[in-house]
Amino acid sequence: MKITDITELKKIANNIRIGIIEEVYAGKSGHPGGSLSCVDILTILYFNQMNINPEEPKSPARDRFVLSKGHASPALYSTLAERGYFDKKELLTFRGIDSILQGHPDMKHISGVDMSTGSLGQGLSAANGMAMSSKLNEDGFRVYCLVGDGEIEEGQIWEAAMSATHYKLDNLCVIVDNNNLQIDGEITEVMSSYPINLKFESFGFNVINVDGHNIEELIDAFNKAKTVKGKPTAIIAKTIKGKGVSFMENQVGWHGKAPNEEQYNQAIKELKQNID
Amino acid sequence: MCLPKEIQEKPNAKDVRVDVLIDPKTNNKFINKKGINKNMNVDVKIATRESYGKKLVELGKVNKDIVVLDADLATATKTELFKKEFPNRFFDMGIAEQDMMSTAAGMATCGKIPYASTFAVFAAGRSYDQIRNSICYPKLNVKICATHSGIAVGEDGATHQMLEDISLMRSLPNMTVMSVADDIQAKWAVEEISKIDGPVYLRLGRLASPIIYAENQKFEIGKGIQIGDGTDATIIATGLMVAESIKAMEELKEKGINIRVIDIHTIKPIDKELIVKCAKETKRIITIEDHSIIGGLGSAVCEVLSEEYPTKVTRLGMKDTFGKSGKAEKLLEYFGLSKDGIIKEIMS
Repeated sequence: MKITDITELKKIANNIRIGIIEEVYAGKSGHPGGSLSCVDILTILYFNQMNINPEEPKSPARDRFVLSKGHASPALYSTLAERGYFDKKELLTFRGIDSILQGHPDMKHISGVDMSTGSLGQGLSAANGMAMSSKLNEDGFRVYCLVGDGEIEEGQIWEAAMSATHYKLDNLCVIVDNNNLQIDGEITEVMSSYPINLKFESFGFNVINVDGHNIEELIDAFNKAKTVKGKPTAIIAKTIKGKGVSFMENQVGWHGKAPNEEQYNQAIKELKQNID
Repeated sequence: MCLPKEIQEKPNAKDVRVDVLIDPKTNNKFINKKGINKNMNVDVKIATRESYGKKLVELGKVNKDIVVLDADLATATKTELFKKEFPNRFFDMGIAEQDMMSTAAGMATCGKIPYASTFAVFAAGRSYDQIRNSICYPKLNVKICATHSGIAVGEDGATHQMLEDISLMRSLPNMTVMSVADDIQAKWAVEEISKIDGPVYLRLGRLASPIIYAENQKFEIGKGIQIGDGTDATIIATGLMVAESIKAMEELKEKGINIRVIDIHTIKPIDKELIVKCAKETKRIITIEDHSIIGGLGSAVCEVLSEEYPTKVTRLGMKDTFGKSGKAEKLLEYFGLSKDGIIKEIMS
């Protein structure tokens, strides 16, 4: 399945956003801000770019995705449900004791999750390992890894960045969800990871800067990444934390908080209006 | 029987090899016809890191899924041997242990069997969170083979002498923890862990140590080995301390004190049955390890006995302290992790 119609892709992204709000409201816990910011990236990957099949979630030749910023699990779960990996009803069990949808992605129990993540900074290394295996076996699959702009304050990310270029992992594409906010405030106030593009460039990456909510730009960037040989690509996606829900946008307070009933109704109303 | 190369090169090789302490026929029965102390002194010593490096090459020939990662210590951990033989399946990750562990995890998700090596202090210590979250939580098939454990590291001193790795690793769900006593056991373990589907921490040493077992000795993960059947005391040992315990057993015999030694090569899952049996059959239980007495083998034994058969246990090991620089043998003596340390404890 490869959807190329922009309107259709936007509609899917909106559905995924609704799923996120449903999850976080049902679970009375979770991270809506950083989930909403990366939805368009996930939509393009799962509905336009990646070679995957929900019927064969463990197929050795499939493309891989690692959500290194594991706290954006509501976004990944909603995307996987939308793509058909599991029933959307599961979303309402988010963060429950018996739920497969644990607070952070658990590859052992969720169909479609390629790597368990949660402790920040580790996913890019795991993605490298997958890309190295792909090259070793000549499987030819690609590996995508989404990191946060706060997450890249972790030193291990830069160890992994070194490895990715050292081993010439041109089958690897890292996407930075640059929403400019982390728990304690703006990135620039807490611990600036800027200039992100120059950092990745200096580590030897092919760097592409995009508007992380612009469907066409994202598709174009992923397509370009596939053509680059001999080095990995980093797509720096400028995004808005809480994107799509007016009162959550650019609000640091919505990093890890569930909406109350009134806020939930308001958020769902806004998102449903987009569909109509 | 294939003798170690070092022995083969010597004249009268078979005569030299008097370091076989286990009778392969009766399995676990101690051969005490010869003076073991004397023999231990002339025997051929091999560091378990050497055994690891050599066995890894053999394993790599038959199992193409095996890949090896190291963090700029291949010459010391002996993974350089694998690197030489299979350069495509060897990945030097540089001085970046955390990246190495998570990379190994990613490879394991694709069906590889990664053996990740560095010194124990960097493996279990520096990359603890990566081992916990990227390897153990998803139960990924990564074999962490950590060399240079304990104060037997020697001259490098406290910063490089890992005394808490058993403690850290055995508290992790899904993790199997092993600590081997000699060349024969190490080679067995290196291959055997490839058959387990899940994470393993294998503790290896830098210091050359006596060969205890016969080539055809049978081992089983989770099963300890009883050496001797004295009832005055049981010494429960792991790693380097097994040979020291055997030496102590021999010397004590001359004084009319009959003890037995239990080699616990698998610290998790631990052989509860054997520990309880020995607690019932002998007067004292003493544990010894080149590791902190907090959380290591001694603690594991105490956990078993306090729940199954309450028994007083004396724990020998590093007593809530860091190590020091010095010659390994002298350090072991200094901290009582030796034949004499054991004898002193038993005679007290």
